[in-house]
Parts: sequence; structure tokens; C-alpha cells
Amino acid sequence: MSDKFLLAGKEFSSRLIIGTGKYRNYEEMRAAHRASGAEMVTVAVNRVPLDGKTESFLDYLDPAMQILPNTAGCFDAEHAVRTARLAREALGTEWIKLEVIGDPITLLPDNEQTLGAAKVLVKEGFIVLPYFSDDLIMAKKLLDAGCPAVMPLAAPIGSGLGVQNPANLRIMREQLPDATIIVDAGVGVPSDAAIAMELGADAILMNTAIAEAGRPEQMAKAMKLAVEAGRLAYLSGRMPKRLYASASSPLAGAIK
Amino acid sequence: MRIFVNGEERELDGTISVTELLERLALPARRVAVERNRSVLSRADWDTELLTEGDRIEIVHFVGGG
Repeated sequence: MSDKFLLAGKEFSSRLIIGTGKYRNYEEMRAAHRASGAEMVTVAVNRVPLDGKTESFLDYLDPAMQILPNTAGCFDAEHAVRTARLAREALGTEWIKLEVIGDPITLLPDNEQTLGAAKVLVKEGFIVLPYFSDDLIMAKKLLDAGCPAVMPLAAPIGSGLGVQNPANLRIMREQLPDATIIVDAGVGVPSDAAIAMELGADAILMNTAIAEAGRPEQMAKAMKLAVEAGRLAYLSGRMPKRLYASASSPLAGAIK
Repeated sequence: MRIFVNGEERELDGTISVTELLERLALPARRVAVERNRSVLSRADWDTELLTEGDRIEIVHFVGGG
């Protein structure tokens, strides 16, 4: 069965997008990337150190991977827009994961600033993938602004709490049947990824759950399988939930 | 001449271009981007863009992130 993931006119086989942060070393990161089957990885934009100790981090990435720069560390729309412009200039890519954070403790998104930045960047020709809080109305506004997908969180960044908002994600899926929804942040274990996909997410973006695992390569493979399982389950249509039992074997005809 | 590079104050002798600044800082020109006073500079302008007193320069590259 062909079930390609279409995003901004580009076709992906994998519905898993993964990060490049927090790995213990580059070899471990590369092995995890390979095992994940992901075709797109996120990277962060940062000031170069002026002590001359720069190494080209990007050289450690599989050249076949699409690079998705992010605006992590930005706390207002202006900084996010500037960061996106710098990323485009350095990499020659229009793709940007837009992230505008509201406060440093929760790292929860500032939806208002995110929308403001999205409007500016879309006008400048960027392919804007916005990370935001799981609000249906904000999702609609971001899509109206020209974002090709929306990326609601499942739980705070790096928390590994799993899907804390299944109702909101389900509502978003049902009310925006044609939108591309990528769950970004909060996954801790493969079952979380499967749940998000079962709820109808089109793809999942994760970093810490793989990078901080004891064996990242193995966890990356587990995540790949979970995303595929969840996707298949969503397409299959789940059975209804019932309060009471429903016998699988015929009750009539049992010996007395 | 005094400028700020990534928030750090630097004294420069003479008038230099962005390309020359990168050379003096021993920074690779590949896969970096430069901003001058909050406006991104096109790579094509690095040779001709001359720094002036008080400029605030940001030079960025890529690091691991999610």
C-alpha cells in the first residue's frame, strides 16, 4: 500500500521527523538517524563561538536528509523572523520550523507571536511549519496565514510525558480533515508515538525521546515501527469503545 | 573602530569587509550566515559590505536541535 506523506509539495516515505540535539556523540546520532528511517531532521541556528573552535556539525548528517532549521531560543516574533532569514541565507532552504517560546520554564509556545512571525515569513516565501499549543482556532489561523502544516505539541518539549491532549488532537483532526498535522514535542516512548498517529496525526517530530534513550539507535527503530503501526491503525479505523463486554466466541452453542 | 560581534566588543584596525572579518576571526565561510544591525547580509555582498563604527554583527551556524 502506498501511503506517502505529502508536505508542502514534497513526498516523504517516512512520517517521522527527528532532531539532532542532545546526542552523546555524532556517531550515535548518525546511527539513530539511519535506524529511524527519517528523511528530514531539525537543526538549530546558533551564534558561532569566537574562540575558533568551530566544527561543521552539518557534515555529520546524512547528505540525503532534508534539513529543517528551527527558530528555537526565540522569545518573540522579531527574533524568530531574523533567525529564519539567517537560516535561509546559510542553507539556501525556504523550510523553517517556526518556534516562538513563551517562557523558559515550560518552553510552551507563544501562539500569538508565532502567528505574527508566520504571517511575515509566508509573505517572504518561507515554507513555515509552526510549533504551537494545541488550539484548534490557532491552527485555523496558522493555516489561513499560509502554513502548509501545523505542529501542535503533545506535551512540553523534552518532557517525555506522552500525549497529554488526546481530545484536543482528535478535535483538531476531525475539524481540519484536510490539514497536515504534525505532532511536535512530548513523545517519550513508542506507545506515545503510536497514540498520536492513531489519533490521526500525519507525522511526528521528536528529538529527546530518541537522543536521551539508553540506546538511541534501538529506540529510533522502535519509534519508526510505532509511527508506522499508529498510521496503519488510523487508516484501518478502530473498533468502537464499549462499557461492557462483547463476546468474541459464540455464547450460544456452548456445551451445558 | 569598535564593533560588536555576537555580543562581544571587538576593536578593529582599519576598514574591513565582512569577508575580512570572518578571516580575522578564523571562521569558516561555509554554512554560516551574517547579520548586520538586525538585517541579514546576502553572501554576495560580503566582499563589498564594509563595517562601520558601532556595527552589531551576528554570525550564526548550525548546531544540534529539535
